[in-house]
This record gives sequence, C-alpha cells and structure tokens, in this order.
Amino acid sequence: MDRDRIETVSLRWLRRVVIAAFLIITVLPFWYMLVLSVRPIERLLLDPGSLWVPVGEFTVATYAEVLKAAEDGGQGFLTFIRNSGLVALAATLLTLVVAIPGAYAVSRLRFFGRRQVNALFLAVYLFPSIVIAIPLFVVFTRVGLRGSLFGLVLVYISQTLPVSVYMLKNYFETIPISLEESAAIDGAGRLGIIRRVSLPLAAPSIMAVALYDFMIAWNEFLFALLFLVDKPNRWTVSLGLSLLADGVEVPKTVLMAGSVILTLPIVILFFASERLLTEGLTSGAEKG
Amino acid sequence: MTTTAPEAGRSSVRERPGPRRRPLTLRRRESRAGLALVAPTLLVVLLVIGIPIVWTVLLAFQRVRLATLRRTGLFGEFTLGNFDRVLHTPGFADTLWTTVLYSLGGTAGSILLGLVAALIVRRPFRGRTLVRASMLLPYVAPVVAVTFVWQVMLDPQLGVVNDWGQRFLGWDAPIPFLSQDSTALWTVITFEAWRYFPFAFLFLLARLQAVPADLEEAARVDGATPTQRFRHILLPQLMPVIALLAVLRFIMTFNKFDDVYLLTGGSAGTEVVSVRVYQFLTARTDVGAAAAQAVVLAVVLIAFVAIYLRFFGAHREA
Repeated sequence: MDRDRIETVSLRWLRRVVIAAFLIITVLPFWYMLVLSVRPIERLLLDPGSLWVPVGEFTVATYAEVLKAAEDGGQGFLTFIRNSGLVALAATLLTLVVAIPGAYAVSRLRFFGRRQVNALFLAVYLFPSIVIAIPLFVVFTRVGLRGSLFGLVLVYISQTLPVSVYMLKNYFETIPISLEESAAIDGAGRLGIIRRVSLPLAAPSIMAVALYDFMIAWNEFLFALLFLVDKPNRWTVSLGLSLLADGVEVPKTVLMAGSVILTLPIVILFFASERLLTEGLTSGAEKG
Repeated sequence: MTTTAPEAGRSSVRERPGPRRRPLTLRRRESRAGLALVAPTLLVVLLVIGIPIVWTVLLAFQRVRLATLRRTGLFGEFTLGNFDRVLHTPGFADTLWTTVLYSLGGTAGSILLGLVAALIVRRPFRGRTLVRASMLLPYVAPVVAVTFVWQVMLDPQLGVVNDWGQRFLGWDAPIPFLSQDSTALWTVITFEAWRYFPFAFLFLLARLQAVPADLEEAARVDGATPTQRFRHILLPQLMPVIALLAVLRFIMTFNKFDDVYLLTGGSAGTEVVSVRVYQFLTARTDVGAAAAQAVVLAVVLIAFVAIYLRFFGAHREA
C-alpha cells in the first residue's frame, strides 16, 4: 500500500471517530439540560449520574412553576419571554434596515473613505462592550432610559451592526459583478440593481444575518444586567435565569426548565432555517 | 483584493438632459450613492459606540461616583487619581495575566476545534446537515443557559461529571472544577473553546467551500496524499481566514465578560479585566475607577493587536 492509500483509509476512520466525538460534546450538554428539566430535584440528588429519565420520574411540574407569574408562586418566565422577544425582534429589524445599504456600499461602491469605513468596523471590535457600557450606564441613568426596553434595543443595534455589515459585505462580494453589470446594461439604475439583483441573490445570507442578530439580542446578558436589574417585570429571560440561579431557594431542576425555555426558541429557529443558510448561493447563475 | 466596482452602465447619456449642468461622472455618482447608503450605519456606530468610547476616556480622568452622578457634568475636574487607585488595588497584575492566559487559550482552542470540525464536515456524508447544525449549538445557545448547564454538570454534589468520574475513572473525591484555583481557569478556558469553536468553524467552512475543486483535483492527479493536499493546497487558502479569526477571537475573548462572570463570578483566580470593571462599577459604585480600569483594558488590547498586526498582518494587505 502506498502512502496515499494508507492516509486515505486511516483518515476515513479517524473522521468517523471525530464526527462522533463532536456530536457528543456538542449535543450532550443540551440533552443533559433536557433530562434534568423533567426530573424532580429529590431524585436528582439521589442519582446525579443518570443521563436519561428513570421510569416513573418524569414530571412537567418544573415547567409549570417556572412559567407561572410570580404572584401565583411561579418564577414569571412568561413575562421574561415577552420582553426578550420584543427586544430581539426590534433590534434585528432595525439592524437589517441600517446594515444592508451600508454593507452594499462598502462591498460595491467606491466612495471617499471606503477603506476607512472598512477599518472602522474592525476597530469597533477592539472596543470591549464593557468600555461602552460605562458611559451608556451613566447617560441612561441621567436621561431615565435605564430600566427601559427601548434603551436596550438601541444598545443591541450597536452590538449587532458591525458584525452584520461585515457578514453582508462578504456575501455581497461573492455575487458576481457581471450579474450587476448585465442589469446595468439592461438599463437598471443603482437602486434597481440592489433591489432586483443583489438582494434576491443575497436573501439567504440576509436571513442568516437576521438569525444571527436575533440570537445575539436574545442571548445578550451584560447590558440587560446593567440596565434592567432593578425592574423585575422588564427582565429578559437570560437576566431572569441568571439572577434566580444566584439564589439558593429555586431548585436546580426548575432552573433547568428555565434554561430549556431560554434555549429552545433559538434552537428551533436555527434548525428550521438551517437549509436557508447552506451553500451554493450563486452557483449556476453565470455561464462559463 | 481584486474586486473592481462595475465600470459598466454606459447608458449615462440619458441622465439629466438639461443643457447647462454637466452630468455627474459615473464615478462621482457612485461615490455619492456609497456615502448615502453607508451614512445610517456610521451614524449609529458614532452615536452608540464612538461617543461612549470618548466619554469613557473622559470619565477615567474624573472623580465620579454613582451617588454623585446627577451632579457631574461632562467636564469635571480632571485628575489621575482613578488610575492611581486602579493600579494599586490588590490583584491588578494578576487580573491582567489571567485575562491574557484566558484569551490565548480560548482563541487557540476554539480555532483548532473549529478547523477540525470544518475539515470533517466538508465532504457530504449521511446526516451531514444534522451534524453541521449541531456543531453550531454551543455558539447559538444563550450564554446564560450553557454556563448554567456547565455549572450543574461540574457541580460536586449534583453534577454528572463528578458522579461518572468517581464511578468510572476512580476519582477519590468530587472535583470542584469551578471553585478551586488549580482547575477553575482551565475549566473556563475549556468552556471558551467549546462555546466559540463554531464561530471559527463557520468562517473556515465557508472558506473551504470556496476553494476551487480543480485545485485539489490537480494536486490529486499529481499524486499528493490527503495530508499533503491539506498542507499545501487547503492550509495556504485558509491562512488568511485563520489569521483574521485569531485577531477576532483574541479581541473578543479579551473583552469577554459574560462567560467568566456567569461561570465563576471571577473567583478562584479567574477574575478577568472586564469582570473587574464591572465590580468597580456596581459593587464599589466608583464610575471613575471603572472607566480607568476599562481604559487600561482597551490600551493593553490595542497594544497586543498592534504587535500582532506588525508581525503577522504586514503582508496581508498586499
């Protein structure tokens, strides 16, 4: 057997092992979350090593408790879900409205300062959100935006915008220029080209960016913590879960149910649109 | 970069038929359109990021406490007292060192895992879509949920890891991974690599799929083995992405607050700079010191990135 053959065969086996290993490390923690969320806490203390729900232990009381409003003896997660959903949706939509034209301009049009704009977006990464958080904390305290969901949306846009522009710019650059040129020769103006050629071709990518933005906003923790901590009815799911987890009075299994509720929307959204995010944007659009 | 903006659209003759005003050149129209389209983005970035950064620097030189906040103006009395306080609060150097270790470990770990993951799902196989989707789970899932699961998994009493470790690996006693000095930082770094490898994976997979198939085909015909093809065809194509990822991940990890704060709260030798900033801001309500500490964070970060760009980034611009 020559080297090529040996490598090909051993790599084929190695690949299977590695795929299995990756599946375990990525899926297991979530499986564990799910299992714990439907076990009573007393049983968990007796048998912490179980990776499935033993017969007769299954319960959904944890979910009932975590969702019920605080007045009814629950943890009030329904309100948190509403808050998180509102904030994340608003932030995503506003980000896209701003980012799509910006990204198109940076990827396609030569204008004064284009290179600087490119550099600026990388530079924005340089600045830790905690650096931005301090003056925002100060300003929001002074103008009374602390504790308001609108203030949070504003901050989230700034968090998602640079990365959205960066991603969209890369996508726009993969669209063959000749497509836009043909449209221009056919008499389309700049906006017509964007609307009829670039946007439809980039639609899956825009979807991907929207998903990504939603995810960032839904998952965000630091700013929610800084701005909303003393307004329990405005808490997002992330904030609510982390604050309740700090105390000792809420059982871990109930909080696991909270984690599932926090994670599930993201995972469902993600798997539902996975197909959208796949390869092959422009393959076949151009001949030759 | 070989992208040249479209020179086409010679139909500009029909623009602005007025006899006096000369039509704008295509180039100038392009420039105007570009500025108009990018303006909203710039405005938001300036308003919510640019101004706050400048303000943080100003705050760092003023004596501001949360209690006196309502009375403080934009330009108070300038002082170096905050920096003095920050530099002489015990644990300053330790925190900085922890942050560096944490960032380097997290960056290297996540890129390495991401590269392996990208290489194995590159070619089609049965169930690939599912595998690829689950690869992204740690990254898409909310940080609060995953840190909570890790905490419970690693818990000495409730956790599955310690239970299995004692049952199958012969550990004498449960290991408090997140609360003892010898393991906490490593656990946090492992978490970081686990949570962020999908980020590297996404970038690398996208680049891998853009590598022309002919290139590899040609190398195969010339007798290159799989590892040789990786080393001489794929890796050079991936290097720019890896370099970019190294910068991005390092910066993001260096700035990271959530993960460490949620996993350990900064105890057991895991206090990173941003957690310290947060402590100054909330526990001590010392806005000035928090700003000073944040400026130190930003300056150190800029220094690191400058060094990196100097040594590794010089040829990339070409």
